[in-house]
Amino acid sequence: MTAMPALDAGQDRTMILNMGPQHPSTHGVLRVILEIDGENVVRIMPDIGYLHTGIEKTCEAKFYQQVVPLTDRIDYLCPMTNNLCYVLAVEKLLGLDIPPKAQWLRVMLNELTRINSHLVWLGTHAMDIGALTVFLYCFREREDILRLFEAVSGQRMMTSYFRVGGVALEPPLDFFDRVRAFADRFPSKVDEYENLLTGNPIWAMRTKGVARITAEDAVALGASGPTLRGSGVDFDLRRDMPYSGYENFKFRVPVATEGDVFARYQCRVQELRESIGIVKQALDGMPQGPIKADAPKVVLPDREKMKTQMEALIYHFKIITEGFAVPEGEVYQAVESPRGEMGYYIVSDGTAKPYRVHVRSACLANLQLLPKMCEGRLIADVVAAIGSIDIVLGEIDR
Amino acid sequence: MTDLEQLKEHPAISRLRAWNPTVVEGAKFDREEMSLYIERSAIREACAILRDDPQCSFNYLSDVTCVDWYPSEPRFEVIYHLLSIPQKERVRLKVRLNGDSPALESVTSVWPSANYFEREVFDLFGVRFNGHPYLRRIQMPENWEGHPLRKDYPVEGYR
Repeated sequence: MTAMPALDAGQDRTMILNMGPQHPSTHGVLRVILEIDGENVVRIMPDIGYLHTGIEKTCEAKFYQQVVPLTDRIDYLCPMTNNLCYVLAVEKLLGLDIPPKAQWLRVMLNELTRINSHLVWLGTHAMDIGALTVFLYCFREREDILRLFEAVSGQRMMTSYFRVGGVALEPPLDFFDRVRAFADRFPSKVDEYENLLTGNPIWAMRTKGVARITAEDAVALGASGPTLRGSGVDFDLRRDMPYSGYENFKFRVPVATEGDVFARYQCRVQELRESIGIVKQALDGMPQGPIKADAPKVVLPDREKMKTQMEALIYHFKIITEGFAVPEGEVYQAVESPRGEMGYYIVSDGTAKPYRVHVRSACLANLQLLPKMCEGRLIADVVAAIGSIDIVLGEIDR
Repeated sequence: MTDLEQLKEHPAISRLRAWNPTVVEGAKFDREEMSLYIERSAIREACAILRDDPQCSFNYLSDVTCVDWYPSEPRFEVIYHLLSIPQKERVRLKVRLNGDSPALESVTSVWPSANYFEREVFDLFGVRFNGHPYLRRIQMPENWEGHPLRKDYPVEGYR
């Protein structure tokens, strides 16, 4: 009996390969179905929904303020950005004016969140491609940021620090000094990461010219954030459609034209430097004054007032037990999250619970670029491409 | 402002009405946001016009979603958030749909990005998009019964 070949590799046909949902390079529970011909990807199809928790449905059963902790959990790498986008939308519905100090604090914390998120991206992206060291350095600095979050909100990750009408608490006394110490230290750390990667020939070979996407495709497929700017489209919501006082800050929007993995890497690394600049401006110009809007029917009163004033006690009781009614209407509020355009579309029917909350997920749209990026390329490039669009499955599946 | 005559100067409205006088069923300007109600059968062409017209140039589709107004009719509102990157402006398009077998034309041929957004609306609301290249469930399992974001679907699910 003659031995049969174990595999019919010589035959002209493709193979289906399943990557994920438990694959370390898929950043969560993304399943990618690959049709491959040898090492070449013929077709690629992302399969999502493994992390669907029905957050949008849950929101409809909560008071407006109770939704804030849910928004943390949508994109767990940038909780403050989610908080901000949601509270801005509700404040727009209510027509509330937010005091400058609260706005400055929000901007500062949002930029720290962006750095936090980009550090996780950089570490895991580099690790996917094989540069293991960067991960350890990134998480060293991320730890500093998480400690700052803990100082200000009591939580490292699920901060829920923003409130409709302001922020929850005055930051602790030494908080601004700690932020400044971090902001002074951090740029040299970015140099360290860049020393490890930017000039590294292996990094260049794995990223330059890989997973290229043109500006037209990026716009047509709904890309946003660094994924869009890496393809040469100069658009950043913070600068072009400012919210929460971003018009008072000066910063550059990094753009690269190549549209490959390396271009997106460059955009994000430059953003790290720009963000730290915004944090410093916020520290220098931090206004004095209240941290909550003057709206007793919406914003919880201070504890001291509650203990001494009857009215404050009544408002507190009513807000906790009945929530606050929001006038009828609908708004779409978009902010520039670390991953792109995050939007909250909220419909109110005039009651204390939102009629509909919809989250525009930047990652869901960015994920649609994956087939364009990967088809006709090697399997190894799929890993680089997934890393370069910086997906968070919590946000995609919600 | 909710009067179409008051808002007719808006480039999106004037352009759409020049194409077809009845396509804009209503308009609303509220909280600095513009909403247009579009006739159901014309949504794809209306989107293509708003994308290509140099005055409007809404070249980017931010989002597609849906609101269920159960038990009133028309029950569903499919909502498109358009963004003009050159003009830095947004507009919201809405299409009203009846509750029995809601369906409308897909805009994937205008913006490929509508693919996942429309699949999500189909999955969670049961609104069909005719001409969609791959209209399958996206968040829920393939064999799931019902559409969870409908208002007659209990928050706790069926047990």
